[in-house]
Amino acid sequence: MAASLCRAAAAGAWWRGPRQRHLLTLQCAALHSRWCLVTSRTLYSAAYDPNEKTFEKLLIANRGEIACRVIKTCKKMGIKTVAIHSDVDSNAVHVKMADEAVCVGPAPTSKSYLNMDAIMEAIKKTRAQAVHPGYGFLSENKEFARRLASEDVTFIGPDTHAIQAMGDKIESKLLAKNAKVNTIPGFDGVVKDADEAVRIAREIGYPVMIKASAGGGGKGMRIAWDDEETREGFRFSSQEAASSFGDDRLLIEKFIDNPRHIEIQVLADKHGNALWLNERECSIQRRNQKVVEEAPSTFLDPETRRAMGEQAVGLAKAVKYSSAGTVEFLVDSRKNFYFLEMNTRLQVEHPITECITGLDLVQEMIRVAKGYPLRHKQADIPINGWAVECRVYAEDPYKSFGLPSIGRLSQYQEPLHVSNVRVDSGIQEGSDISIYYDPMISKLITYGSDRAEALQRMEEALDNYVIRGVTHNVALLREVIIHPRFVQGDVNTKFLPDVYPDGFKGHKLTDLEKRELLTTAASLYVAGQLRSQRFLGVPRISLAKLDVSNWELSVELGDETHSVTVSNNGSTFSVEVDGRKLNVTSEWNLASPLLSVTIDGAQRTFQCLSRDAAGNISIQFLGTVYKLQVLSRLAAELSKYMPEKAVEDTSSILRSPMPGTVVAVSVQPGDLVSEGQEICVIEAMKMQNSMSAAKSGKVKAVHCKAGETVGEGDLLVELE
Amino acid sequence: MATLRLLPRILRASRPRLTQSRSAGGPSSVPERIAEKRRAALLGGGQARIDAQHKRGKLTARERILLLLDQGSFVEYDMFVEHRCADFGMESDQNKYPGDSVVTGQGRINGRLAYVFSQDFTVFGGSLSGAHAQKICKIMDQAVMVGAPVIGLNDSGGARIQEGVESLAGYADIFLRNVLCSGVVPQISLIMGPCAGGAVYSPALTDFTFMVKDTSYLFITGPDVVKSVTNEDVTQEQLGGAKTHTAVSGVAHRAFENDVDALLNLREFFNYLPLNNHDPAPVRECHDPSNRLVPELDSVVPMESTKAYDMVDIVHSIVDEREFFEIMPSYARNIIVGFARMNGRTVGIVGNQPKVASGCLDINSSVKGARFVRFCDAFNIPLITFVDVPGFLPGTAQEYGGIIRHGAKLLFAFAEATVPKITIITRKAYGGAYDVMSSKHLRGDVNYAWPTAEVAVMGAKGAVQIIFRGKEAHAEAEYVNKFANPFPAAIRGFVDDIIEPSTTRIRICRDLEVLTSKTQSNPWKKHANIPL
Repeated sequence: MAASLCRAAAAGAWWRGPRQRHLLTLQCAALHSRWCLVTSRTLYSAAYDPNEKTFEKLLIANRGEIACRVIKTCKKMGIKTVAIHSDVDSNAVHVKMADEAVCVGPAPTSKSYLNMDAIMEAIKKTRAQAVHPGYGFLSENKEFARRLASEDVTFIGPDTHAIQAMGDKIESKLLAKNAKVNTIPGFDGVVKDADEAVRIAREIGYPVMIKASAGGGGKGMRIAWDDEETREGFRFSSQEAASSFGDDRLLIEKFIDNPRHIEIQVLADKHGNALWLNERECSIQRRNQKVVEEAPSTFLDPETRRAMGEQAVGLAKAVKYSSAGTVEFLVDSRKNFYFLEMNTRLQVEHPITECITGLDLVQEMIRVAKGYPLRHKQADIPINGWAVECRVYAEDPYKSFGLPSIGRLSQYQEPLHVSNVRVDSGIQEGSDISIYYDPMISKLITYGSDRAEALQRMEEALDNYVIRGVTHNVALLREVIIHPRFVQGDVNTKFLPDVYPDGFKGHKLTDLEKRELLTTAASLYVAGQLRSQRFLGVPRISLAKLDVSNWELSVELGDETHSVTVSNNGSTFSVEVDGRKLNVTSEWNLASPLLSVTIDGAQRTFQCLSRDAAGNISIQFLGTVYKLQVLSRLAAELSKYMPEKAVEDTSSILRSPMPGTVVAVSVQPGDLVSEGQEICVIEAMKMQNSMSAAKSGKVKAVHCKAGETVGEGDLLVELE
Repeated sequence: MATLRLLPRILRASRPRLTQSRSAGGPSSVPERIAEKRRAALLGGGQARIDAQHKRGKLTARERILLLLDQGSFVEYDMFVEHRCADFGMESDQNKYPGDSVVTGQGRINGRLAYVFSQDFTVFGGSLSGAHAQKICKIMDQAVMVGAPVIGLNDSGGARIQEGVESLAGYADIFLRNVLCSGVVPQISLIMGPCAGGAVYSPALTDFTFMVKDTSYLFITGPDVVKSVTNEDVTQEQLGGAKTHTAVSGVAHRAFENDVDALLNLREFFNYLPLNNHDPAPVRECHDPSNRLVPELDSVVPMESTKAYDMVDIVHSIVDEREFFEIMPSYARNIIVGFARMNGRTVGIVGNQPKVASGCLDINSSVKGARFVRFCDAFNIPLITFVDVPGFLPGTAQEYGGIIRHGAKLLFAFAEATVPKITIITRKAYGGAYDVMSSKHLRGDVNYAWPTAEVAVMGAKGAVQIIFRGKEAHAEAEYVNKFANPFPAAIRGFVDDIIEPSTTRIRICRDLEVLTSKTQSNPWKKHANIPL
């Protein structure tokens, strides 16, 4: 265990070193070259053999954090890097980090990061010998791999045939079956009639899932628990298959109840060697996108892990796989596991595997691509401690667990002062989160000798993460990692909708937490008021000091009003909240985005997001943002005479819940609409969102048209 | 707090006794009469009218003062003053209210002295009598004498008709003092109810006019008169509400949600101001390090010079603790003006706003900027100017409106100002507008250019069209190469340095430190003749 801790700690230094230096480079471009030198020295210990020649120059066909991630390893290996970017990304971090950068087109991905012609041109121009595709974009595009091969440029990834074989759902399943990998029992083809459907379902064993083969994802999926439901499911699905897709084939397969999504990282070389690098538990998802991942999984025992690992390696060998890849499995409650698909690229969540194994996957990918054999044996692959990754997104978790938000990061501070934290990001203070790309801000990874330690660090890291200017999902992440079910490891892919059936509502404060929040808000108010009286070098201040030792305040939180009394003695405040006394100490630095406060001996981290003259304070506490109003008792008393401002009737207006593009508007002024009827569709970050009427009525005005870009809160349609 | 607790008790207790003694009418001892008068003064127009005031969502004159000033600091003057009108039955005892329709005195805001008058709508609708005016004049005279700001809380139906010309004289007495105080002590008006007719000119003469949304109005004549004269149908709100004056007319400098919000914000605002024209700009304790780098700024100006960005973002990231008290945020939004602090010291910020009308200068923005610059100059507040200006707005509307005359005001104001002047050119500084925006030539003390700065007579396209009459295809690139960068200005010393945007805060803080001892004066004159 001691050894494993050392490894983890070494890995920690590994990652923090370059980040901090990176900040310095931003201040002074001249330091840039020196930074590379220093970096390679720091990373020397991380098993890099300078005599092992790989490539001289490598182009990263990606953007954001993954581009930065790849560049870091390249610098360590002494490889020159070329970044590609769209015009709006010309100031991006990955562009600044790379030795060279080429603009490959305008903002839309189809014209830049997916623009193969321009990328091929960039490769030729810069004479890059190899291309790392990252994830997404062209990473699993066999055409791209083929074009690179024809130009004699190395693709850092598997061979074209592996990409192709695993890219096809049906073919990959067949291959898996042949390689003796557990697959979900099922039938895919034309089903004659309902009776045949029932026969197939019985063979597979209930419950079964029925859908049109041609339909993607979970679309049109029906679950049948008995013969009757199977007949019904057959009817619907065959109709849909014929009408929507013009393809009669149906897919009937075993429905896995409460499945977990667990994947195995594999690494293979071109000499027939393959390793499995343990699993990652990725069950916490929203809309099939992972949110929190960890390695290892709490659920697997060593046998299951080995069985899954061996099957994954078997599959990799069967397709002559080389490079890093991921075999995804669904695991049911009895630890039966079934092959789902294989991703032939570096996964977003690869850092947690790196944390527990000590391997640098990007480095291994580059080595393997150059043709070097793996340096490790299966027995060398450890599980050192525990790692957790949270995907920090610019999105509003209060709207269906995360609708994208955009904006400029007006303040941004990664929690790198917390130990054992790794942050993979491709943005910095001042960066724009635009509608064109994935709204991910960063991957926040923490690790520890055990799961509890890793999770404890994650809480701390999330509390100390300063993100201003865009809405983010830290509140949701922090709630998930402290939820009793998650802490016990009781998770499945339906975790979020199960735990928050009415949608995410933020942290619910306990009585003690509420007192801590009220105390801090009141103390902050008093600290602000006291500071307002401290003028320097001005003699014209009343000699008779203000006789205020007790501040009698009224603090509003939600619809509750609390009476709070604050008396101060230096930086310590004695605060009485609803009759209970607490002692609060802090530096009360009113300029700092982070506020470390000790309340009755317990240390808490708060973030004050805003404070105004009228006593309104927004405080982020335990991940969630709370709005409070602190007033003197006099002001509170007099406030009751203040007129209620008319609140906008939101049922008769439709506002855009997020920034995006209007895809379609289905109503015109004068139309009658009924409650729930679709009014328009907004697309943002590759997601289409149908906006429906909140009540029945006549359309008064339409303020948007198809093709238009709208911002969050923009008025779309008014009803009478 | 003591005052607050006492107040309701006094109010409750005083009512029956007051009526009793009045009905009895018998003589009582002097101490009793003093106490009685005081009680009556505290009650203003009586409980029924106080309730009515509350029902309108407004606070009473005294409640407003309590909220505005530090607890227990208010010292009241002229509580016993009564009106002297003897006509129309005004002389009867029922129509006499100790203190009349205004509460006056002085007190402290965060420990600093301020003179206040607060018009009492519960007494004759806050109408202005001779006595009322005399009370206001008294505190204004004293404010100038000791050098402390005057804050007026306006809530008045207008002139006391019964007093006729006496009331008009009262207004004029106040106007005169407004003018004499101007530039000596800051004067602030907060409109918290109606303010109509001649009364509007007092706020108009003060330095800042703030309003309360939905409950305050400012107009020369009300909707009824408008209807009878011009046959226009218009509501009070449309004619002279907070929205009209903060967004359309530019009469008011900012509006607040309600009385409480307005008064608390006024306390905050007061902290930015020096007490008079002899005091330096105040320095408040500051927690924001003056050597803070702002990496955000290195990427804030977009690559394409036609693309907009928000100048307020730049201001927020540079000033102390992102605190920027913007003046006239909804009017002439192509220029931003307001107060902030640098290392604790109050500064006036002026900036072109590329987000609105490309940040060009037009009539309204020139006037808005000019008035603000002159206030800062009068009260020793250093000026920091952020420049991204494509020029003056062309067109008949502007020319007929007198852009030449109005644009000259901003030019005049910057040229005349002797306070420390620091200028940062973030992007475009084209044409005459470059000269106007606190350029080196107008005695700018420190002028910086960011690497994205383009100091030129005009944009490349226009310039090339004039020079080559469209014959030269490569000329545009040549012009861009030659002029669309900070060098032409830098080699001539028109900017002192080309700085990394992220170091802007450090540089400004350091320069302000140096410039605290700046002395500069203009030639003696009775007063300058700004092109009004």
